[in-house]
Amino acid sequence: MAALSRAEADARSPVVFDLHETTVRALNAELHAPTATSYEVLHPQGAHSLGAGIHDEIDVAVRGHAGYFCAGMNKLGRVVVDGSAGNGVAENMMSGSVRVRGDASQSAGATGRGGLLVIEGSASMRCGISMKGIDIVVGGSVGPMSAFMAQAGRLVVCGDAGDGLGDSIYEARLYVRGSVGTLGADCVEKPLRDEHVAELGELLDAAGLDHRPEEFRRFGSARGLYHFTGDHGSY
Amino acid sequence: MKDPAERGLRESATFDRATIAAIQHAARTGVYDIRGWGAKRAVPHFDDLLVLGASMSRYPLEGYRERCDTDVVLGDRHATRPLHLDIPVTIAGMSFGALSAQAKEALGRGASEVGTSTTTGDGGMTDEERGESKTLVYQLLPSRYGMNPDHLRAADAIEVVLGQGAKPGGGGMLLGQKISDRVAEMRTLPPGIDQRSACRHPDWTGPDDLAIKIGELREITDWEKPIYVKVGATRTYYDVKLAVAAGADVVVVDGMQGGTAATQEVFIEHVGIPILAAIPQAALALQELGVHRKVQLIVSGGIRTGADVAKAMALGADAVAIGTAALIALGDNDPQYAAEYEALGSGAGYYDDFQDGRDPAGITTQDPELSARLDPVEGGRRVANYLRVLTMEAQTLARACGKGHVRHLEPEDLVALTIEAAAMARVPLAGTSWIPGHGL
Repeated sequence: MAALSRAEADARSPVVFDLHETTVRALNAELHAPTATSYEVLHPQGAHSLGAGIHDEIDVAVRGHAGYFCAGMNKLGRVVVDGSAGNGVAENMMSGSVRVRGDASQSAGATGRGGLLVIEGSASMRCGISMKGIDIVVGGSVGPMSAFMAQAGRLVVCGDAGDGLGDSIYEARLYVRGSVGTLGADCVEKPLRDEHVAELGELLDAAGLDHRPEEFRRFGSARGLYHFTGDHGSY
Repeated sequence: MKDPAERGLRESATFDRATIAAIQHAARTGVYDIRGWGAKRAVPHFDDLLVLGASMSRYPLEGYRERCDTDVVLGDRHATRPLHLDIPVTIAGMSFGALSAQAKEALGRGASEVGTSTTTGDGGMTDEERGESKTLVYQLLPSRYGMNPDHLRAADAIEVVLGQGAKPGGGGMLLGQKISDRVAEMRTLPPGIDQRSACRHPDWTGPDDLAIKIGELREITDWEKPIYVKVGATRTYYDVKLAVAAGADVVVVDGMQGGTAATQEVFIEHVGIPILAAIPQAALALQELGVHRKVQLIVSGGIRTGADVAKAMALGADAVAIGTAALIALGDNDPQYAAEYEALGSGAGYYDDFQDGRDPAGITTQDPELSARLDPVEGGRRVANYLRVLTMEAQTLARACGKGHVRHLEPEDLVALTIEAAAMARVPLAGTSWIPGHGL
C-alpha cells in the first residue's frame, strides 16, 4: 500500500476539539455542518449533549467520559465514547452507531428508532426504554425496567437483566445471556428459534462480542395488553 | 308521558341521571368509561368574571377605529428565532391519529391565514400539517411517537409536554379502531391495537434533568427554536417556577376543562384545577422570578370567546390556546349530523366519543370515508373566521378598558361575580374590594 501524502494524511486525521479550550456549542455547531469527516473530542469531563443532533456520516471519538444525552438523536454519525456515558446516551437515535467503551447510565438508547448502540460495560436502569427500532448490545448487565414499553428493535444483554424486564413491551425482541430478575407485565420468555440465533449472531458480530448465540434466552410480548378489556388494570 | 318533574317526582342531586347511567354502564360492562372532550362539570370559569369598562376614572378607546394591537412575541428569552404571531390565540396540540389528516391540515390552514401557530400532538408531524402551517410548534411527549430530529429542525418551536389539563399525571390513549396503517407506522406500533402512551418521559426525571434535556434540544436545533414547557394545571405555582428554572422560554398551562381525544372519565372530571385558578398562580410565579412577559405564558382549557381571551390575558397570560373550540369551529357536534350522532347513542351538542373513531364530522376519526367529509380548505376558512372573531371580541373589551394592546389588560380591569371566582382569580368580588384570602 502506497504511503499517504502529507495532504492526504492531514485530510484523514481527525479535527480536534479540546473542551478545555472551546465549548460544546462550538463543537456541535461544527458537527452539524461538518467540514471534515473525523473528529476527536478531548477533555469532555462529563459535558452534556456531546455530539447531539449529528446528521452526517462522520466519525466522532470522545476521549473520556460523557454526560447526559451524548449522541442524542444521532443520524448517520459514528460516535465512540472512550469512557462512560451519562443518562440517555444515543436517545432517539435514527441511524449510524454509538459505542460506549465503559458503562452507561439510565435510559441508554431510549426511544431509539434505528442504528446500533453498543455498551461494552453495563447499563443502568431503563436501558432501551420505549425503543422503536434501535439495536442495543450491552456487554455487561442492565438495570431494572429495561425495555419498558419497548416497541421495536433488539436488545441484547450479555450479562444479567434487572427486575421488570420488558414491562408493557410491544414488538421488540430481547435476548439475555444471564439471569433475569423478574419479567414485567406482558413480557414472556419465547423459544429461541433458528432465525433468532442467526440475528443474534449478527448483532454480536456487529458489536465485536464472541458469545455463542445459543447461550441466550429470548423474551418478548405475550400481546395480552394489546386490547383494552376489564380483565386487567393496566390502562 | 308527562315530564317526571310535573308528576312530582324528584331527581336525586347526588344520583342524577348521568350518575345512574354511569353505574349501570359499569355494572353491565366491567369497564370504566373512556371518552374525549374535557371536564363537563360546572367549575368557576371566565363567565364568573366581568370586565370593568372605562367611565369617569378610565379613558376608553374608540371601538373599530383606534389602534388596539394583538401581536405577541413568544420565546425571545433564549431562542435566536422567536415566534412573532399576529394574534394571541394559538391552536393547541392535537395529534394526527386522534384527528384526521384533513382536520390537522384545516387547523394549519386556519391558523396560517390569521398569522398564528398550530401544534402537532402525540403522533408526530405530518407533511400535510407542516406544509399548511406557517408556524408549527412540535411537541416532545413522553411517548416520543414519530420523534425525529429532522422534524425538530423543521419546526418553528418545540413544546416539551409534561401533561395536559384533561389528565395531569396520565398518559394518552388511542384505541385500536383509530390505529390505521398510517398511524401505526408513524408510531411504530402494530395496527389495530389499543395504544397506551407513557405518562413519564423516558430519558429524564425531575426539573434538574429537564434543564439538561432542554439543553440537548437547544443543541440539536442550534439554539434557534423557542422551547415551551406544557403542564396540566395542578400545583401550578410550583410547576411554573420549576419550568422557568429548567430553562423554558414559554410556559403553557392547561386547565382541567382542556380537551382530550381519549381519557378515562374519572380522570377528566376529577384531576386538575380550573384554568381560572391556575392563571394567577402562574403569573405570580413568573412575577416573583422577575420574568413575567419575558418567559411568556400561554393558557388553555375552556377558551370559547373573545371575552375568555381578554380575561385570561388580563389575569397575566400572553396568549391562549384553543382545542375543543377549534374542533367545534371545524364542524364538531354540528346539528347537520344530528341523526348520525343519535345513531351512535349521543346527540349534536353532546358527542364526546372521540376515542371511538366514528365521528360523523370527519374530525376525530381515521375512517377514510368519514374523514373525506371534512374539506380542509373550507375547514381552514371556518377556523380562520372563528379566530378572527375571538380576536375582534378581545380587542373590543380591551378598547373599552382603554388599552392600546390586548396585552395591556390587567387584573385591575376585572371583578368577580362569585366568592369562589374572586378567590381563585384573585380579583375583588364585584362592588367590593374583597379578594377572599387576601385580607379585607
